[in-house]
Amino acid sequence: MAFLNLEQVSKDFGPVTAVCNVSLGIEKGEFVSLLGPSGCGKTTTLQMIAGLVEPSGGRISLDGRDITYEKPNRRGLGVVFQSYALFPHMTVAENVAFGLEMRRVPRSERNERVREALSLVQLASFADRYPRQLSGGQRQRVAIARALVISPPVLLLDEPLSNLDAKLREEMQFELRRIQRKVGTTTIMVTHDQAEALSISDRVVVMEAGRMTQVDAPYRLYEQPSNAFISSFVGKTNLLAGKWRRNGASAYVEIKGISLEAPIADLSDAAPVMLSIRPEKILLREPGAGRLDGRVTNRFFLGSQWLFTIETVAGTMTVAIPNQGGDPPLEGSAVGLDWTLTNLRVIPDTANL
Amino acid sequence: MIRRSPFTFAPWLLAGPGALFFFGLVILPLCLTVILSFHAYDHSKGIQDTFTLSHYAAVVTDEYYLSIFLRTLRISALTTLICAAIGVPEAYILSRMRDPWRSVFLLVIIGPLLVSVVVRAFGWSMLLGSQGILNQALHLLGLPSAKILYTETAIVIALVHVMLPFMVIPVWTALQKLDPMVEAAAWTLGASRFTALRRIVMPQVSLGVLSGSLIVFGLSASAFAVPALLGGRRLKMAATLVYDEYLQELNWPLGAAIAIIVLVANLCIMLAYNRMIEVRARRTLG
Ligand SMILES: Nc1ncnc2c1ncn2[C@@H]1O[C@H](COP(=O)(O)OP(=O)(O)O)[C@@H](O)[C@H]1O
Ligand SMILES: [Mg+2]
Repeated sequence: MAFLNLEQVSKDFGPVTAVCNVSLGIEKGEFVSLLGPSGCGKTTTLQMIAGLVEPSGGRISLDGRDITYEKPNRRGLGVVFQSYALFPHMTVAENVAFGLEMRRVPRSERNERVREALSLVQLASFADRYPRQLSGGQRQRVAIARALVISPPVLLLDEPLSNLDAKLREEMQFELRRIQRKVGTTTIMVTHDQAEALSISDRVVVMEAGRMTQVDAPYRLYEQPSNAFISSFVGKTNLLAGKWRRNGASAYVEIKGISLEAPIADLSDAAPVMLSIRPEKILLREPGAGRLDGRVTNRFFLGSQWLFTIETVAGTMTVAIPNQGGDPPLEGSAVGLDWTLTNLRVIPDTANL
Repeated sequence: MIRRSPFTFAPWLLAGPGALFFFGLVILPLCLTVILSFHAYDHSKGIQDTFTLSHYAAVVTDEYYLSIFLRTLRISALTTLICAAIGVPEAYILSRMRDPWRSVFLLVIIGPLLVSVVVRAFGWSMLLGSQGILNQALHLLGLPSAKILYTETAIVIALVHVMLPFMVIPVWTALQKLDPMVEAAAWTLGASRFTALRRIVMPQVSLGVLSGSLIVFGLSASAFAVPALLGGRRLKMAATLVYDEYLQELNWPLGAAIAIIVLVANLCIMLAYNRMIEVRARRTLG
């Protein structure tokens, strides 16, 4: 059994089902992200692990011990709250020392560990400040130090970076990963930002409306999303709705009267499907030389790449081309779109069944 | 954009009526009272137009007046203490309630403010009197009857009842501003519910408790209806003493002197208390 184990965990708030049958095993030392849109039950899941919300059903166990109904102060988990929840009337050092004080760690050892934790998050010189005298990024690091200083078996982070501006957020992502690598604490992070989840986790758990829909390593999640929601939520993608047709050893998909070659899938004939292809997997060719013809309606220069919107018979497609220094097709010019067949994903269209 | 003229009338016009009321109803009578307290008084001829400090001297040297001031101080302090002991937990429970109940109980707490203090004092005298419900109940249980009405206990009980909302509301307001996750953070760090309350919640609502106790103390020290109705003729507090000097003895200058002394004493105590706690709380809460 995994280090931290959730079995069929559910939570109802009256008529609202916030979390439904979540089962998840997390190994020691892993960094797992819970990813999903706002209101999908991420915080509720995290708080059930922390012991702040009591599950309506299911079991949670830590290191073989059932902790489903254990009080939060007996679990010993480190929690970083979305609002940081620092104690405003205590200095940074007092905040960090609080958990050790509760564990009756002797004063000299306590001071030593507080100092270590603060230097880990690079705030050693801020020990005597009050939380209100710190910037957002510094408060967030105090919250991390406060949670880590008690050497928790599991660290729980609830959208720890969402209150920071874009540049600081990027820095803190690396910082978080560096700290986690160094300390080796099993970590669960909640986020609604797919880029954040992909860049720092070992595994990503995608949640939709209280359910877990895919658990995978970041690159597999990106390359092999299990449904249309995930393929558009995780990264950008082009989705084309059509009918899947088998033709002996090959297959094709009918979209608005044209057919596009498709990979073989385990589907019945004429099943409604979504074709998904990432913008960066499409190549631009001369008109007629690709799998699909279209006309450039817009082009955006993003520095490292060009982004095109291309009108085709199958629908509007977005295409990303790395900036090689050349002059790409102008708006209004005709182009051909091409791709490798393996980069095309066929996703059963459950919404149109 | 609005162009601001160098002198705008709006602030003055808006603040005017309030300032006028304050001046006419507080400052002016207060000045008149101060002036009155320095007038001499003669039992046969009434108020004289000569300056004297004799009223002040009489009050501060007379055991009788001093004992009443001491009683006022004792009763107000005790009322404040009990209000804090009941009101703070009450406000905490209130702030943790779910919504329909929270509104209901808030109304229950504020509701008594809508009933006149005189009516409530009469209610207590009916409950606590020698033939009151309390003594009837004690009698039924075969216990000796208790003499509560016309004692300091009766005054404190009724004052606590009257003053409780003034403690609950500021503390409740302070609790509303608290991030509930801060308490949860203390739990996850290993604090029991009680420790989290004592170490994390209480220090942050101390300013609410401070303003609540200032209001309760000030109102208790100057309370009139409750001591008048539940203290009886002999158990006097500052306000009832002033009333007696004015309307029984007709010695207005002496009454004025007592009123001024009570005002100054009250002010000193409250300012000192405020300084003591606020300085500490402000330093950490900002
Ligand atoms: N204490 C609560 N009472 C009632 N409903 C709640 C409560 N907490 C969360 N919910 C509901 O549960 C769902 C999931 O909430 P949450 O876990 O906070 O989502 P997320 O963190 O993914 O944004 C939401 O629909 C929310 O309205
Ligand atoms: Mg949330």
